[in-house]
Amino acid sequence: MKQEYLKYIRDNVFPTAFCPGCGHGILLNAFVSALGELDYDQDNLVLVSGIGCGGWIASPHMNTDTLHTTHGRAIPFAIGVKLANPKLKVVVISGDGDLTTIGGNHLIHAARRRIPITVICGNNNIYGMTGGQASATTPVGAKTMTTPLGNDYRPFDLVKLVKGAGGEHVYRYTAFHAMQMKKAFKDVLQKDDFSFFDILTGCPVQYGRRNELREPAKMIQWMKDNSVLYSGEYHDDKIMVGKF
Amino acid sequence: MPIEKKKTHLKAGKYFMQGDEACAEGAVAAGCTFFAGYPITPASEIMETIVRRFEEEKRVFVQMEDEIASMGAIVGASWTGAKSMTATSGPGFSLKMENLGYAIMTETPCVVVDVQRVGPSTGQATRTAQGDLMQARWGTHGEHTIIALSPWSVEEAFYETVRAFNLAEEFRTPVIILMEEATGHLRETVAVREAIEIFNRVEEGNGAPFGGEEPLDAVPPMPRFGTGHRLLVTGSTHDPHGYRKTQDRVTQERLLSHLQQKIEYHKERIVQWEEYELDDAETVLISFGFAARAALKAVKDARKKGIKAGLMRLKTVWPMPTERFETLAAQAKTLIVPEMNFGQLRGEVQRFTGGKKVIGVNRADGEVITPESILRAVEGGTSL
Repeated sequence: MKQEYLKYIRDNVFPTAFCPGCGHGILLNAFVSALGELDYDQDNLVLVSGIGCGGWIASPHMNTDTLHTTHGRAIPFAIGVKLANPKLKVVVISGDGDLTTIGGNHLIHAARRRIPITVICGNNNIYGMTGGQASATTPVGAKTMTTPLGNDYRPFDLVKLVKGAGGEHVYRYTAFHAMQMKKAFKDVLQKDDFSFFDILTGCPVQYGRRNELREPAKMIQWMKDNSVLYSGEYHDDKIMVGKF
Repeated sequence: MPIEKKKTHLKAGKYFMQGDEACAEGAVAAGCTFFAGYPITPASEIMETIVRRFEEEKRVFVQMEDEIASMGAIVGASWTGAKSMTATSGPGFSLKMENLGYAIMTETPCVVVDVQRVGPSTGQATRTAQGDLMQARWGTHGEHTIIALSPWSVEEAFYETVRAFNLAEEFRTPVIILMEEATGHLRETVAVREAIEIFNRVEEGNGAPFGGEEPLDAVPPMPRFGTGHRLLVTGSTHDPHGYRKTQDRVTQERLLSHLQQKIEYHKERIVQWEEYELDDAETVLISFGFAARAALKAVKDARKKGIKAGLMRLKTVWPMPTERFETLAAQAKTLIVPEMNFGQLRGEVQRFTGGKKVIGVNRADGEVITPESILRAVEGGTSL
């Protein structure tokens, strides 16, 4: 990140609360870099988040108006902001437990309505802040504090979920794809449409250590090795990345 | 002063309307520009009236996917400077509780209407009750203070809604309007005045955007999103600039004290009640909302029989005029609280009578409480 982009970060928020190896920082870096490259007006931007580690990406880091809301409800608050003042750019950044598990209903309805807000899910496949419990995106077989013998239930494919609900401008990237992520953020920041990002950030501390991905570098390598760029054909056994 | 005299959207004169409609018209008159709702009996007519008015007035209405979302949306809208509102009934009121607490914690002005129906749970959707008095006070978790108003007529549904917006703006807090189904669906005459007083929020001023600085009872200015303040709004314990302080006991203590003092220290601007025939009353009735209508009739009938009865009717139910409870308890030989629940107000009054027993007249079967049942209690008979 260029030094001058630090204007988008509050100067008194470091050291960050994120654990070493957390991909949420990569997401934040890509988002801030996108703002910086666009010289985006930070006073016309409202960041809305929910509860959990993902809720802390924007609040307090982002030096913009921020609304750190209740668990799962960031999208309804964001809709209130956007509809009451359509001139504002409203971006929701939160986690998978927040946006897709407790708050899944709001996500599908925002997609259905195509409310012109951007929703970015920092998806680490786990409830990190509360100690590593299974979420709606925890893969089958994954070990968590609440699935010690392996997760029995199928996870949401967030791209399919949001597309199926009617959402447009749907993207997925991993923590490995920082540059692609940044470019996509730049694209949606210049539009006034609904858009959704499933960003696989990875959680070495709560997810990785129980699933043989304890080393952050190993986790990122795993993301890279298992990702396939989407070009019309969707493989359910791979991490499909790109625009859908 | 942030108070302005404003013409209402309705021409001065008399109107025949429903309580729910009057509530919606009051909101429009008060300058409500954002309404988020969800269908529920017996409150849907508020939303439907709002939809019609807002289309004419180019204000923002959205029907959300659930009650939780509609409460969240009005808080978000309020931070853009909008006067915002939602309306519901018991089951929806329960769902709104978490985000109501968020509005209290973040000092976000908004108005929440609860047209009370029979509960618990689904209960009887079309029947009337006053069972949410305590939910309005304590429904959301954690120590907090709230303002709640209780109109007893269709006309008051109009004016108390205006007052609810004014109090929300002045004290930066959610304000609850506790109606009953009986008032919500009642049709009566409303005399609309030429102009009403409107309080507009103080957006710019000295100091931080959240409470916790001295004096603790002062209401901080509330800048709106998009004006360069780079606000940090959070439901976590925060310092006056919005930074989370989730381990710091001093910040928590100061924030809680502020949230309480900004309301409790200014009760004289918030708490309103009316008194009927109380000067020489030996039998004192204390009631609120629709039940107070029956209580007033009972007082008039008792007077005809030579019984010195009087009524105190609460317009503001939270906070309560507890000092007046004390003086009335000292004056009265008999204290009676008629209400459409099993004694939620009675319990509160009882705390301020110096031990004098308060008699309840209660009804919670979905029907309105009757003057006859109250009169029997006034005459010393059984209450139910």
